Amino acid sequence: MTTSTMPAKRQIVFSEARFARRRIVNLIMLGLTGAMALLALVPLIWITTYVILRGGSSINVSFFTQAPRPLGVAGGGVLHAIQGTFILTALAGVFAIPPGVLAAVYAARNPNTPLGIAVRFSTDVLSGVPSIVVGLFGYALIVKTQGHYSALAGGLALAILMLPIVVRTTEEMIKLVPHTLREGSLALGAAEWKTTLRVVLPAAMNGIITGLMLGLARASGETAPLLFTALGNERYDAFRIIKSGIQTGQNPLSILNMLVEQPIDSLPLTLWKYAQQPYPERINQAWGVALVLMAIVLLTNVSAKLWVTRRAGQLKG
Amino acid sequence: MDGWKHGDTLWRLLIALTAAAVLVLILAIGWLLWRDSSAARQEFGVSFVLPTSDASWNPVFDKFQAWPFIYGTLQTSFVALLIAIPVSLGIAIFLAELSPAWLRTPLGWMIELLAAIPSVVYGLWGIFVFLPAVVTPLGDALGQAFGGIPGLGVFFAGLIPQSGSSRLAASLILAIMIVPTIAAVSRDVFLAIPGAQREAAMALGATSWEMIWQVLIPYGLSGILGAVILGLGRALGETMAVTMVIGNSIEGSLSLLRPGYTMSSIIANEFAEAVTELHTQALVEIGLVLFIMTLLLNIVARFLVWRVARRTPQEVRA
Repeated sequence: MTTSTMPAKRQIVFSEARFARRRIVNLIMLGLTGAMALLALVPLIWITTYVILRGGSSINVSFFTQAPRPLGVAGGGVLHAIQGTFILTALAGVFAIPPGVLAAVYAARNPNTPLGIAVRFSTDVLSGVPSIVVGLFGYALIVKTQGHYSALAGGLALAILMLPIVVRTTEEMIKLVPHTLREGSLALGAAEWKTTLRVVLPAAMNGIITGLMLGLARASGETAPLLFTALGNERYDAFRIIKSGIQTGQNPLSILNMLVEQPIDSLPLTLWKYAQQPYPERINQAWGVALVLMAIVLLTNVSAKLWVTRRAGQLKG
Repeated sequence: MDGWKHGDTLWRLLIALTAAAVLVLILAIGWLLWRDSSAARQEFGVSFVLPTSDASWNPVFDKFQAWPFIYGTLQTSFVALLIAIPVSLGIAIFLAELSPAWLRTPLGWMIELLAAIPSVVYGLWGIFVFLPAVVTPLGDALGQAFGGIPGLGVFFAGLIPQSGSSRLAASLILAIMIVPTIAAVSRDVFLAIPGAQREAAMALGATSWEMIWQVLIPYGLSGILGAVILGLGRALGETMAVTMVIGNSIEGSLSLLRPGYTMSSIIANEFAEAVTELHTQALVEIGLVLFIMTLLLNIVARFLVWRVARRTPQEVRA
């Protein structure tokens, strides 16, 4: 039964056994791909349910409304970190969105010029720069120059991480705006900047806002860039700063400055610090923080996706 | 005023300058890291990054060598890739070729959500749930199975700590974190392959799997490679989750089952508390090495993905 005894059989193109084997291999491999997709969902579901159950039991009203208590004292909350996340994310948005949108306008308008290609390429590269390296950059640029850690430095570091998301989504959305709209405005004699600001960007606004929301959500969950820019500050209290600023008759700009010139905490930073402490109440609060972070991320992502899908449906119909 | 075209010259200048600023930002990051590590680079030279078996990281005597961290980063990222590549390719194939239409979008979303979970949440879940439940028993089993094999056994030597904190833990968490990246990019690569390729393979009598394995994967190989490199880039730079589960220990062991350190986690742990100027500079130099590594990887990856995307439409038309 060696090959030499069956040359005639080898000429038969169709072999039942071989075909059966190929079909079995086919089924097994296709089944495996489906199994891989299921496997990837395991950590997602595991993390989500565990964070909801464990975090849900450690969240209460004081979690959101009180400052941290000294170690070993039960109760207290993470109000300082909630304020911090809000301020840092807002700063990141202020630093990243205007330049990001303008750069995207350039890239969408001049896709094939050297600078247009360079912008797209450098946004791609920038999105791959490790967040810890961005933190080092923020330290070298702001903290070292100013001589102290600050919310400002943290906001800037987050903005650098957010910038690629802003540029890419804005560019994609601008490209989807029909040419006729743009040409119509130009034909009516509107200047190009006016066409961009009053016609093109408003037409693309829904998509852009979705992208910005995803970018802000990403920024609000980042830790590494804040480690040596914002540093962390358990005694931060935005309300007290604003109140004392008003009482001493400061103008709004200097109150704003007081808010951002000192070190600040954020939810992810707090989680990182609490998770390493041996106190059960701190660990519990870390799970609570994880729940808040997951809620921010899941809600923004899901609502953004639903919004985009609905809009796409409307545009088609 | 006519020369200004109602402000359009100014507008074009403004957007061009902002666009150029994005480019300048990358250069500025590289330059500042280069500047702030100059003393460390002069003091230690090339020996800073070269492999040694007895590297020292000693802030007291100002002696710094980065090899243990480079090794930790490369090892954890490599093992993470080994795990993540088959899983993500499976997902990409399932999403692009097999999944029923109603399942495609929600499944794609859920995979993307995996990428959106903050790194610290992975770390927290890792420490308290994943490590004790999965990594410690898995590490024990791996140690018993492979620890005695000559050669390979080096990587499975020693006992895994009871907490599970080890390079193995970091690799597994990294694998979970980079799966969405590799899967999403390679799904797009599969979707960009012209239908004619599939039809031709089917017409020649190939089964679905033979079509995927012998036609689609070779066709999209450079794009898939690009996706893998993008994932590798994420793994190299990932900080928080790794720092929380790797155990942060500078010991000479090569073993996956022992605690280790990565480039990003040494920066995260020591930079804010670095005492001497040379210590700070050594950490910045590690950041510089990391920056250069990820920069090169990203350039290569983008080029590969871009080549597939560019080639495809032309061939459809031809």
